[in-house]
This record gives sequence, structure tokens and C-alpha cells, in this order.
Amino acid sequence: MFLAAEAAVASHLESGPLFLSITWVLPLLSFVAFWGILGFAKRFGRESAGYIGIGVIGVQFVLACGAALQWIARTGPSGGAEGGHGLREPVGHSLTWYTNGPIAIKVGTHIDGFAVAMLFVVAFISATVHVFSREYLRDDERFTHYFAALALFTGAMFWMVQSATTLGLLFGWEVMGLCSYLLIGHWWENTDNATAALKAFLTTRTGDIGLLIGMVITFFAAGQTFDMAAINEAALHGEGSHLLWLTAAVCLFAGVVGKSAQFPLHTWLPDAMAGPTPASSLIHAATMVVAGVYLVARLYGVFWAGFSIQMGGMNLGSWVGSITLVMAALLAFVQTDIKKVLAYSTVSQLGYMVMGLSVGAWTGAIFHLFTHAFFKALLFQAAGSIAHSGSHHSFDMERMGGLRKYMPKTWITFLIGFLALAGVFPLSGFWSKDEILLGAWKNHFGLALAAGLLGSFMTACYMTRAYWKTFEGENRLHLFHDEHAADTHAVVAAHDAAHDAAHEDHAVSHDGPHESPLWITGPLIALAFMAAVVGFLQFPGRSWFGHWTENLVIEDTILKAGFEHKFSVVLAIIASACGIGGLAVGYLYNKVWNGDLGIVRRFAPARVAHTTLKNKYYLDHLWSGVVIGFIKGPLAKAAYWFNQEALDGVINGAGAAATATGRWVYRYVDQGVVDNAANGAGTAVTGLGGALRGLQTGKVQNYAAIFVGAVGLIALALVLFV
Amino acid sequence: MVLNQFLFLSAFLFCVGAYGVIVRKNAVLVLMSIELMVNAVNINLVAFSLRNDNVIGQVFALFAIAVAAAEVGVGLAIVLLIYRNRSSVDLTEVSEMKG
Repeated sequence: MFLAAEAAVASHLESGPLFLSITWVLPLLSFVAFWGILGFAKRFGRESAGYIGIGVIGVQFVLACGAALQWIARTGPSGGAEGGHGLREPVGHSLTWYTNGPIAIKVGTHIDGFAVAMLFVVAFISATVHVFSREYLRDDERFTHYFAALALFTGAMFWMVQSATTLGLLFGWEVMGLCSYLLIGHWWENTDNATAALKAFLTTRTGDIGLLIGMVITFFAAGQTFDMAAINEAALHGEGSHLLWLTAAVCLFAGVVGKSAQFPLHTWLPDAMAGPTPASSLIHAATMVVAGVYLVARLYGVFWAGFSIQMGGMNLGSWVGSITLVMAALLAFVQTDIKKVLAYSTVSQLGYMVMGLSVGAWTGAIFHLFTHAFFKALLFQAAGSIAHSGSHHSFDMERMGGLRKYMPKTWITFLIGFLALAGVFPLSGFWSKDEILLGAWKNHFGLALAAGLLGSFMTACYMTRAYWKTFEGENRLHLFHDEHAADTHAVVAAHDAAHDAAHEDHAVSHDGPHESPLWITGPLIALAFMAAVVGFLQFPGRSWFGHWTENLVIEDTILKAGFEHKFSVVLAIIASACGIGGLAVGYLYNKVWNGDLGIVRRFAPARVAHTTLKNKYYLDHLWSGVVIGFIKGPLAKAAYWFNQEALDGVINGAGAAATATGRWVYRYVDQGVVDNAANGAGTAVTGLGGALRGLQTGKVQNYAAIFVGAVGLIALALVLFV
Repeated sequence: MVLNQFLFLSAFLFCVGAYGVIVRKNAVLVLMSIELMVNAVNINLVAFSLRNDNVIGQVFALFAIAVAAAEVGVGLAIVLLIYRNRSSVDLTEVSEMKG
């Protein structure tokens, strides 16, 4: 089917620049790779699946880079200089799938700056994931299947981000759902993993009910078309009533809540950690969970009109986003599994994006999507590197600690990712988060701004805790030496045997933590580079990223409403203060209160001098190797001093309260209310199934009797009523 | 031509067939009862075909006979296998699919 469709597209290429015209090759290549790996990889030996995958994604990466460069080089029809913004003309192909009476159902591609940015993100993240997986899953028994699923997943992402119609988007969206099911349940021998995969699949499907209804509403509201440009146009200038667009926006938003793990459907994402780590990295960083955010950004006209964003004042999207970002950050504080910390952090950052879009910070939100992809992929892969070489395949932070000494490359790269996530100047997270907060502030969404600042503070806080438990202090792996990691996957034993063989002549003994090989550190370094520098694309006054991604819808909404704001130094300082305050409190939490164990324990005055010394030492290491600037050290020290002199009790109490709140929310809201609702639905279905079991006697003649009886009743009804 | 008589015959055959399918325990007899039901339908097809002066019904009846023959072939093969495994063709004993 694809082949036919693609060939038909190819037959009437428009005269766009080469790489922009052939973006449809990207998903096609992935689908070919998928079938190729499934069908032929085993004939060329075990490892060939990995190399086929890496080769194909390499070609795709080159194509995506070409598209990005050609988009940047493209000039608008008006020449750019004279009046207006000189928007670049999108490139697109369209073909009619089938016609039904007067309605032609079309699928096609629509390449604009936003799509190109997404293509680049997908290609980059997926390339690093492929390279990383080749080593990480080297001894996995389903190596071939894994790479096949990875290729299909990548193809679905490529497909979705360049789709011109909601129908095409839905197709990519659902194939991604399928692939995430396959990847989360990769080690299905363990029932927990299989359950997590099912939970992820069903929870996102729940939201998809809303998505489907929303699609149908927009189809009719825009005059019977699935074309997203037409839908946006109709929402902004059409006849439809406000109520109509509100309903459409709310329905579509249900899909977003499911897919992008917003409150209250966020519970599947932390469970999805059951999959292999590079797959988690792809799910979290590339366009799987951000598909919902992508949908809002793509159909922005609908949400703009439906949620009345122009009016200011909190709307559904900004409420949900704000609640999600604060709640998930609280949850991240009490996790002991490093992947779960990162998972809740993703939920929190997705909350940021949804909130950003709902407060009219379109560019900020998609820029955050862009930067988040790099640093979150980096953090996940660094966690995978730790599990691979530093903690015997466990993600329990109790088994880590002090890894800085053993895994210097993983340490530096994780640190960059962590600081980017915490929004430290000048790393990428700072610029994107700042732009969202700026939008919330200038567009009069006070509550969203407060939630954003609070979230920024807490993000820095819990990430410091995770960082500390992982890389600082003493290594605790030997404490667990006898029993093997409890939450390891099925192939650990086999893997370890191979691992031992591979490291026989290794200088470091296998038992201790050691650095990962280049197959793993290479992707980390590439991602760390991006996470560090990509923020400058939105440098104040230049805003290259903003200009590249501008499109007609944005011109009609954000720009017309005057929602584009100049960089504010005041806000940048406030936001940085929040982030650094978080770092400081996180530091105190771990260092002074001995982390989770001794949170309320006051430390003896005799140790003040010693601790201060250590503090300096720690800060040296925290910032060394990273171009961070001078402000932070003194500031953190000042906060530390201030804490010692005046605020000890207050912060002590606040810290305890935050932890307690986090626990409470985790236990009652997350595990209690939300899970109970899901379990209740399950129980109801089980009960119904039990009641119907009686009919299932296994005797064919009972079935025949029921069948004949039912047909008789239907016949009777026909005779009586028709 | 009087349609009624054909329809009565057909309905009678169908009921006999349905009764056999539900009540008889012998798998071979159940298969035969199914044949009765199929042929009851065939009578209807042919009868209406004659009345409406339209040959499609008869073609369809021929088609149904061919399908029924194939169905009996499969059915008897299954019965044979059941007999080999259990030395009996009592359908009430075959209830592995009980839920």
C-alpha cells in the first residue's frame, strides 16, 4: 500500500528544493528497513540487524540535515525584506486516497519549518539510539526484532511529522503506539513488562477516543476536509460557533492528555520504563510522547479559537499543563529508580510544553520540545550507560553512587544534560524554558507562570538529588554484591556471561563499575554537544529558530495578538534564581541532611568547617568541564551561608514538607485515585466476563441452541415490527 | 404454482434439521441434520427463483450444494479424528473449550 502511495506521489513532484521535495523517502526507507530486518537480517548473521538499522538511519539523517539546510536557505515569496515576515513557502505533495461522492480523502506531506525541525530531531535522536542499542542490546535474544521495531517506530515518527492531514497524522500516531507497545514489552517473559506495555497501549487508546471524535468534528467543521491547513483556516476565519471549536479542542485535547501523559492519564509513562533504555530514550525524547504536543502545535488554530487563548486567563490546557508539571515534579522527588525520576521529569516537561502552547508561547513551547529532545535522550542514555557498565543492569540509585570516578564520560555528559534540564544558563533548557515563562508572564497567565517557576525550582531540586545519588558519595554497588539486581531483565545471565568474556582482559575488573565502550559514549557525547549549544538558536534579538518555524497559522494567531515578546532580563534572572535555588536546596538536601535518610537530622556544628570545605570541592567538580560561568558558585555558597545563619529551620521544614507532599501525592493521588479508577474499570470488566462465562459451556450443541434461538427472536422481531 | 407448499416443506425440513443439531449426540447425525437445514434453504431458493422467473436463485442453490459438499467433507474429517482420539463420536463429551 505504501509503495503504491509513494510512487503516486513521486509521479507529480513539485519543483521544490531537492531534499524538501523528497522527505517522503524518510518513512519509506524506515518501512523498507523494517521488513528487510525482519525478513533477511538473520541470514547475514546476528549482528547484521543492527548494522542495517544504523545504515538506514544514517542515510535518513543525511536527508534530514539536507532538508534542514535547504529550508534555512529558502526565501519567502516576498523576498523576505519587503514588508511582513517573508514567510517561507511550505513544500507539499498531496494525493487522493479515495473519493466518496463529492468528498475526496487526501493524504500528503506538508513540509514547513516546524516539520523540518521535527524531522531533524527524529533523525538525530533515532541515530544515537540505534548506535547505542547496538552495544546495549548486543546479547539480547531478540536483537533482530528490536531493531525492526526501532525502524518502524522511526518511520512512523517521520510519517507523522510531515503529514498534511489529520488522517495521516492519526496513522503515524497509532503506528507509534503499536511500536511503543512492542518496545516496552520487549522483555515480555517478565509479566510486569508485558503489563506495562499493555497499560501504555490502553491508556493512550483511552485518550484516542477523544482524538477520533475531535477529528470527525474538525472534518465537518472545516467543510469536509482532513487537511490541517484548511482546519486551522476554518477555525480562525470560518463560520463555526465558538462552542463548536471549544468542543473540538476539548476532544482533541483528550488525545493529547493520553499520548503526552498529562494529568490524569500520565500513569503509563513511568511504567513504560520496563522497556530497554534506548527505547525509553526514543519514546521520551523523539516524537512519541510529544506527539500530543505536536498535535496541539499543528492544529493551533483550533486550540487558539477553542480555548480563547487570546483572552488570557487560565484555560483547560494551561490548567492541565500547570498541574501536570508541578505534580510530576513532586513525584520525581521520591523515586529510587533513576529511570523513574527521568520519566516523571519527562511528564513534568511535557506539562511545560502543553502549558506553553496554551498560554500563547507557541515558539517557546516547540523550542522546548526541540531542546528537551536532546537533553532527555542524553539523560536516558546516560542512565542506560550506568546500568550497562556501572550497576549490574540495575536502575536502583541505591546501587550507584560515586560513579564520577569510574565513568568520567558518562558523568560529564549526564551533568550537561542535568544542568540543561535544570535550566542553567547558557545550556539549551534555559532558553526554551525562559521563553515559555515569558509567554505566561506577558500574556497574563499568572497561575501558569507561578507553576512554571515552581516547577523550574523543583526540577533543579530533584535532579540534584538523582545526580547526587548516582555520581557523588561512595559507590554502594558492593553492598548488593551477593544478590543480583532484582529488577533486571530476562537476559541478564546470558549477557553477563558474554560481558565477562568481553572484559576478560579489561584493566578494570568486571565486578566494579567501569566506563562504557565507545558505542555507548559516542552517542552521549553527540547528544551532550547538542544539549549544550542548541539553545543559542533562539538567542535574544536573533531568534533564528523562531523565524525558521514561523508559519501562516502563527502569523494569524500569535503575531496578530501581539504575543511575541522581547527577551526579558528580569524574568531570566528570576527563572535562573529558581533553578539555582533548586540546585542549592537539592545540594543541601543530599549533603547536609544526608539525603533521604537523614532529612531532618541537624548536623553537628563541629562539622561545619569540614562540610564547607567539601562544599567548595563539590562545586568545583560540579562546574568543571562545563562552561557555566561564575555566578552560580558564589550564589550557591551565599544561599548555603544564608541557610546556615537564618533559614535553616524554614528550609528544613519546607524540605520535609515537600517530601511529605510528594509522598502523599504519590501514594494517594497517583497510586490511589488514578490507579483505583483504572483498576475499578478492570474489575467491572472481569465481573462481566465472569458472568458471561457460564454461557461458555464448551458444548457445541448449547451454542447451536442459543444461535437458533437468537435467530428466531430476530426473525420474530422482523415479522412483528418491520 | 403454489408457493406455500414449498415453503411449508422447507420450514418443516429446517425445523427437523435444527432439532437434530440441538438434540442428537452422535456427531454424524448432527452433520446430517445440518445438511437437512442447508437443503431446506435450497428449496426456498429454487421456489422463489421459479416464482420470480429469475434464474439467479437456482444458480445460487447449485452453489450452496457445492459448498455443502465441501463442508461435509471437512466435518466428516473432524468427526473421524474425534473418533480416533476418543473412540466415540458423542458430542457432549467434546467440551475442551469450556470457559
